[in-house]
Amino acid sequence: MLRNFLIALVLASFGFIFLNLYNSYEPKTELTGIAAHYAENGASEVGAANLVTAVVVSYRSFDTLGEITILFLTAAIISFFLKLSNEDENKIIIHKGTSEILQTASQLLIPLIFLFGVYVFINGHLTPGGGFQGGAIIASGVVLAIMANPNMTINHTVIVWVESLSGVTVVIIGVLGIILGGGFLDSTLDGYGLGEFGTVFSAGTIPVIYSLVGLKVGAEISNILNKYQKSQKES
Amino acid sequence: METLELGKIGLLIGFLLVIVGFWGILQQKNIIKIIVSFTILNTGINLVMVALGYIKGRTAPIIDDSVEQLANHNVINAIVDPVPQALVLTAIVIGFGVTSLLLAYAMKLFRAKKTLEINQFNDLKW
Amino acid sequence: MNSEMIYSLIAIGIGILMLIMAIIAILNDKLSVAVIAAGVVSLFASVLFLLMSAPDVAMTEAAIGSGLSTLIFFYVLNKIKRQNA
Repeated sequence: MLRNFLIALVLASFGFIFLNLYNSYEPKTELTGIAAHYAENGASEVGAANLVTAVVVSYRSFDTLGEITILFLTAAIISFFLKLSNEDENKIIIHKGTSEILQTASQLLIPLIFLFGVYVFINGHLTPGGGFQGGAIIASGVVLAIMANPNMTINHTVIVWVESLSGVTVVIIGVLGIILGGGFLDSTLDGYGLGEFGTVFSAGTIPVIYSLVGLKVGAEISNILNKYQKSQKES
Repeated sequence: METLELGKIGLLIGFLLVIVGFWGILQQKNIIKIIVSFTILNTGINLVMVALGYIKGRTAPIIDDSVEQLANHNVINAIVDPVPQALVLTAIVIGFGVTSLLLAYAMKLFRAKKTLEINQFNDLKW
Repeated sequence: MNSEMIYSLIAIGIGILMLIMAIIAILNDKLSVAVIAAGVVSLFASVLFLLMSAPDVAMTEAAIGSGLSTLIFFYVLNKIKRQNA
């Protein structure tokens, strides 16, 4: 009884704070401050048509680097926690086959899903999309492949190499930005200028960085889901 | 109906989802229900952040032909704020990482004690 | 009715549905119903992000919040039921 009363007290105080915030909120009518700078100079300094991509990859690229690190840490900790014990790894369970509709449809859909995911992260600077969305789409394609054939194993070495090489290459491009360009992870390097605005090869190093981020995120989420699927086997 | 525009509606719905999420975390006894309430809380706070960047009558922050026609090549008058959207993009991915970690811990806890009520896990209680 | 008011009415309708599904997610006893209700809350939030002119955020929330998160919940539920029964 006391517990319910305390919970109601906490929720009422949160409600009181939120009510005050809501009543004193005046909607903005113009872009002010740093958003005005990004809107005016984004197209000429960075060269990307999608301003959210310009902010994420070029202006605030340190935050994106931190997010990549957090995803890598999550994948590593989950691999550590859900490790199979030694006798379960040698036990091979043959599942009976899944239904025929699932197998036939997955053979048709999986190449299309991969193609769509690659399209989303290559054109991240022109249309809505980018590395994180493309990586999630690729991971859902991999999950469909795992569910349609439960006996299929994903080659662990391939995922590890793709993920590590993508991460190291992003940092190398960032350091090249210090040597040849304006700063860490800058979008214009000395020999690799901004292309024509609105085409695929524009915006300097942004498509390269975002494609690598998309591959890395896709590999990591596929690894997490593969660990969850494998842990179904043990008792 | 003049006072209810899209930014204020989003703000109100976000705040209400945060309160519902907190109620779930504080009151429930099943670990999986607590994690579900945590995801609802995440969704609510992301809605609040995007609603703060909305400006009435403007469009998405992508420069293409329609935006240029709308504003006579003066982009700063035609788009909503792009900075909160960039922050929410990061926050959604990190929220997914935290949820998957919580579920891995929940699986390990269940394997240790065969129950999912938080009242049974009092090894560290003083 | 001009288009601004139509968008506001749609947003109010989606908001009421979201709150009902969130309360169902917490109050129901079965775990699978709660997980699916949380997925529906994420889906409606993605539509609301699109109404507020944020297509990048809508795509990310639909792919990660509504798709992959619900999938991971069901993996864990399957494991728990298999050990329980």
